[in-house]
Amino acid sequence: MPRSTYQRLLGFIGKLVVVLILGFLVLPAAVVTIAAFNDKAILSFPPQAWSMRWFAKAIAYQDFRDGFRNGLIVTAWSSTVALAVGAMFAFALNRYRFRFKRVIEGVLLSPLVIPHFTVGLGFLILAAQIGWNRSYTVVIACHIVLVLPFVLRSVYVSLRNLDQSYERAAASLGASPLRVMVTITLPLLLPGLVSGWLFAAMLSFNEFTASLFVTAQRTQTLPVAMYNYVREFADPSMAALSVMYIAATAALIIFANAYLGLGKVLNIEQTR
Amino acid sequence: MRTFAAPALLCAFGLVAALAAVLQFSLRAYVPGSLDPGGFTLANFTDLLKPLYARVFIDTVWICFLTAVSTLIVGYPLAYALVRSQNAILKSTLLVIVVTPLFLGEVVRTYSWIIVLGNNGFINSILLHLGIVRQPVQFMFTTFGVVVALVHVTMPVMVIMLAAALSHIDRDYQRAAESLGAGPVRVFLTVTLPLSMPGVVAGVTTAFAWTFSAFATPQLIGGGRVNMISNLVYQLGFASFNFPFAASLCVTGLALTIVVLSMLRLASRRLETIEPH
Repeated sequence: MPRSTYQRLLGFIGKLVVVLILGFLVLPAAVVTIAAFNDKAILSFPPQAWSMRWFAKAIAYQDFRDGFRNGLIVTAWSSTVALAVGAMFAFALNRYRFRFKRVIEGVLLSPLVIPHFTVGLGFLILAAQIGWNRSYTVVIACHIVLVLPFVLRSVYVSLRNLDQSYERAAASLGASPLRVMVTITLPLLLPGLVSGWLFAAMLSFNEFTASLFVTAQRTQTLPVAMYNYVREFADPSMAALSVMYIAATAALIIFANAYLGLGKVLNIEQTR
Repeated sequence: MRTFAAPALLCAFGLVAALAAVLQFSLRAYVPGSLDPGGFTLANFTDLLKPLYARVFIDTVWICFLTAVSTLIVGYPLAYALVRSQNAILKSTLLVIVVTPLFLGEVVRTYSWIIVLGNNGFINSILLHLGIVRQPVQFMFTTFGVVVALVHVTMPVMVIMLAAALSHIDRDYQRAAESLGAGPVRVFLTVTLPLSMPGVVAGVTTAFAWTFSAFATPQLIGGGRVNMISNLVYQLGFASFNFPFAASLCVTGLALTIVVLSMLRLASRRLETIEPH
């Protein structure tokens, strides 16, 4: 079908709008990168001299180091537990009927709309009442609950797309339920499980608001350390750390897209 | 079956217990100087009616509304491009640019916006350098600055939800409209947009709830001059240790979110019944 001048103009305007929006999305990352390599301690554009010293300072800063380590501990526990809990419950949701199924599902998905400061305050009060405050346990428990909805969705979508005839074929050939699970179901679910775990890990590592409530000085995670730094200091160390953060996150996303297919995981592939 | 659901039940129980703790604290009296609450009272909720606090509630809902609507307007073209682009490399690039900020966390993104919007920041440097303004434009500590940063924070989730809806529209409807002579604008307005309404509703609802939950952005960019409920809760909890009052703010905030979200759902259902498909 030949395209008229009008349609071409419309297409051009559309592309322009999309480019402008993309510009808005990447602007902060681009600006923070420029600021991170600026030699001066005070923010100025364009920078007069370039240096790497803020990267060195950020890596050497003790609170960032501790925050990174604490964050890894919390993330490793919470994402792994959330994956196990979420995958098992997604399986139960997909395969069985049971009482209060929708109620439990609703409660577990509710952190998507409940403000994180409310969840954080709740866990803080709860922890204080049973004397668990200032421990990793309460931080991890809070993170599990917060990332669980994402794991649940991710695994549930892949379970729904799974062709059950493979399982029936294996069972009819005499495989025990356990063997079917280990040799058929789990391998077929692997992309969903890996992406669910990855999402949970990244969300947990970056969770801030609830963490601010439930962490103490000893258990403070990296985003909390960064927040405290921004409040106290204005030098570009934080910009340097942000650049490392953005680079690492973008690399993980590119990896996830290449190996897991983000379009499929997020359920945004064109169906027809 | 029990073994599969039991751990999830435990998690659900933990969350309910945490929320119940907030509810319980909201009904207790504040004892100055003590972390333990006093007896049961409704005083926290009557205090909320004071103009100072009522103001913060109104501001919060207004900021959430502005952010949700702006994110929808800015996010829609991007979601459309993401779903409809034929080029695989372009599509992956768009997807990575859209999804990466989702996992950067609020602090890194808010900090970046401070550098962009500050008085010595990127935008003001350019404006001053080009001689467009003589004095830096005040973006920091304004509602405008907070909303711009919040739109950026909420954008990924909006685009993902819109893209999910757009990708599940059967393109035959569009082709049918085109073959009957409808132009691209008309096809969009009468076919694509109405069919993507579920995504619009889901996106706006989630954007609203996420903005309501935002803390670092209004705290750092609002700088105490633009306050949302989250900032007030933190301030009450950690500056004056008035946890009962902080809890009552949480409970009211949650009730408010539920009311607004169900109103949105209801409005969208009405819209669906009114609009012919």
